[in-house]
Amino acid sequence: MYGKGILKGLGVSARHFIETYLDDIRWLGRKRYGSPEGIAHRASKKGRGIFTVQYPEEKVPVPEEFRFVPFLVYESNSNGDKSYRCTSCGICAKVCPPQCIWIVRNSDPATGRPIPDPAEFYIDADICMNCGLCAEYCPFDAIKMDHNYELASYGRVIFDKEKLGKPVAYYESIRPANAAKENAARAAKEAARAARAD
Amino acid sequence: MKTPIPNEALDLPALFPGILSADTRPGYSGWIVEKDNLLEFATALRDELGYDYLSSVTGVDYLPEGKMEIVYHVYKTTGGPGLVFKVQAPRQDPVEVPSLISIYPGAELQEREAWDLLGIKFTGHPDLRRILMWEGFAGHPLRKDWKEAYFEEEGKPLKSRWPEGKIVQAEDKNPFGDNIAYPDGFDPDKGKYEPEKALYAALRESQQDETGLPSDRIIVNMGPQHPSTHGVFRVAVMLDGETIVSLKPVMGYLHRNHEKIGERNTFLMNMPYTDRLDYLSSMSNNFGYALAVEKLMQIAVPERAEYIRVMMAELTRIANHCMAIGALFNDLGFFFTPLLYLLEERELILDIFEAVAGSRMMCNYFRFGGVARDLPEGVLEKIKGLCFERLPRRIDEIDRFLTENEIFRARGIGQGVLTAEDAIRYSAAGPLLRASGIPYDVRRAEPYSIYERFEFDVAVRYHGDIYDRYLVRLDEMRQSIRIVQQAVKGLPEGPIQTGKPQYQVRVPPGEAYGRVEGPKGELGFYVISTGKPNPWRYHVRAPSFINLTAFGPMCVGQKVADVVAVLGSIDIVLGETDR
Repeated sequence: MYGKGILKGLGVSARHFIETYLDDIRWLGRKRYGSPEGIAHRASKKGRGIFTVQYPEEKVPVPEEFRFVPFLVYESNSNGDKSYRCTSCGICAKVCPPQCIWIVRNSDPATGRPIPDPAEFYIDADICMNCGLCAEYCPFDAIKMDHNYELASYGRVIFDKEKLGKPVAYYESIRPANAAKENAARAAKEAARAARAD
Repeated sequence: MKTPIPNEALDLPALFPGILSADTRPGYSGWIVEKDNLLEFATALRDELGYDYLSSVTGVDYLPEGKMEIVYHVYKTTGGPGLVFKVQAPRQDPVEVPSLISIYPGAELQEREAWDLLGIKFTGHPDLRRILMWEGFAGHPLRKDWKEAYFEEEGKPLKSRWPEGKIVQAEDKNPFGDNIAYPDGFDPDKGKYEPEKALYAALRESQQDETGLPSDRIIVNMGPQHPSTHGVFRVAVMLDGETIVSLKPVMGYLHRNHEKIGERNTFLMNMPYTDRLDYLSSMSNNFGYALAVEKLMQIAVPERAEYIRVMMAELTRIANHCMAIGALFNDLGFFFTPLLYLLEERELILDIFEAVAGSRMMCNYFRFGGVARDLPEGVLEKIKGLCFERLPRRIDEIDRFLTENEIFRARGIGQGVLTAEDAIRYSAAGPLLRASGIPYDVRRAEPYSIYERFEFDVAVRYHGDIYDRYLVRLDEMRQSIRIVQQAVKGLPEGPIQTGKPQYQVRVPPGEAYGRVEGPKGELGFYVISTGKPNPWRYHVRAPSFINLTAFGPMCVGQKVADVVAVLGSIDIVLGETDR
């Protein structure tokens, strides 16, 4: 019969249409929209019915590995001074595919010799391609990829050291598994060094 | 055609005395053919030895040696390893080499590209115009002595960026933008500038007029801003009434000279750039490039990494075909319903990529000798849920939804036909080739990675029309699910990378051609290393680009409305076409 295929297809889309309401009924009493479990349900293998997420009212949670423009990790001591993990070794600047990282190495005010600390650190976020190679190859866990993707602006975006710096606690909150792994590796290294010193 | 001689018995220098010598440079392989005997050699290769499929044509500029080399990769559609042969010519402007278009018509666009980017003139090519650059472009950018307008340094990492701490934007260096060069005698402001003259002449040239009667022909330009060209792509068609007489694709609107950027980059830096080629299937692009460089470095990949690679490549194929089928129906006037149903599945696959690689589309996940990181917790469960429960059900639903639709059958069956012979001749690859009845799949023909361990069928259909291309994609999605299911079951524990991760890899000198069966067809990377941190040559055999060679012949005789449908069935991505 001519038209059978079309009718069959229409049946499929009708089912999809009805399913949106059925799913709403199934979720009666629970929040399907605007709640984390609702969003998780919609993006799961069981998700039926309405699939879309209403950004910016609802936001899809980003996974731990999600990467956006990098930031510099610093540790604060008791009187609030920031101590950056960065030693200005320049590996991130060398590995950066679009070459968007500029570093000026600090020097000792007394002797004038360079010391392992960045005086200035710039990332041209317009050029940055969010590839994550800098974070991947940093030997000091000093530069990490961020989760904040809402960076739209009207002008050029060049981040300096102040803007790039974020505390360790922030890093541990966005990437708990990675931070735990790195902390364990660092502790093991410290222990090995201490054992060697004894 | 004589019976092909089996590969093992092949003694090429004895078969072609005097015109052939082995390439003995360290790290190189293949044969160097005398320029004057090229046509004779290629004809014999195709007709007597059975190398009927020309995969890639490209040039290499050996500036220090003062010569240009044209590299050809040919294969047998019956499977097996390929053959590389090269032609060398003194480096002048222009270099002249006979065109292979009469033997392998699939060379058409590739030779135009080599002319455009390297200044190699293929004598006998009927339509040797620039293809990616415009007519007012001075020089041939892939030549080693060509420098771009804001040239900084020969290779990255750039010394100027560190540790001076000076921020200089490119546009600040030249506020008046007056560093543009034109070729001699070309001035767009003075005199008559007719950019389309050569294109329209070529359209008239390639028309087939059987009647000989004078009749009015109209030239219609579709694009570059046209919703159904999948990006900034232009099609110039010559019409007789509503029937297509000849058709030429016009591209290059998204050109960024990926290959020159690649030659400036270090080997590792190219990895995220390959994501931007075919941005709908970046995992496959990573795969091809990693294979090529691993061949050069001669390193093996750990088991677990191989399984993860295969899983990711096959999930990419499903995601890409979701997009391809959806966009085809969108072009055919089914509007958004099929596309959005399929995008739901693609979305779930991209969620997996995001969790594994950190980005939905620009994955940058493969490294030389492994992958960047192990699968995070919970991802394997997600992949299992998708491949064992959701995707098979949803693909069957799409099958029910679309396959028997009478409107689609009317527009698809018998339209845009590419015969099996033509598909081989025009170097069509991927679903386009397989829908024409050639069961050629690189995963089977020359298995790479660990594909020989998996059980899957090569999807093939025999009519070579739009409908069959759709069916092949649907079948391939099912086969990909089968492969992922097997990979999930067989996934071993273990390391994911050979050796320590290095940001500056040492690549020994030589050449390598790594090819994978990408979702759109055979994706090849031809890489030459001189032992320095940057590749000397980095060429991409882009399936969406080369598949367009068959676009014109497929459309001739069709109605103008079918151009959109045929283009949709080829499935191109402009990031890869224009590179």
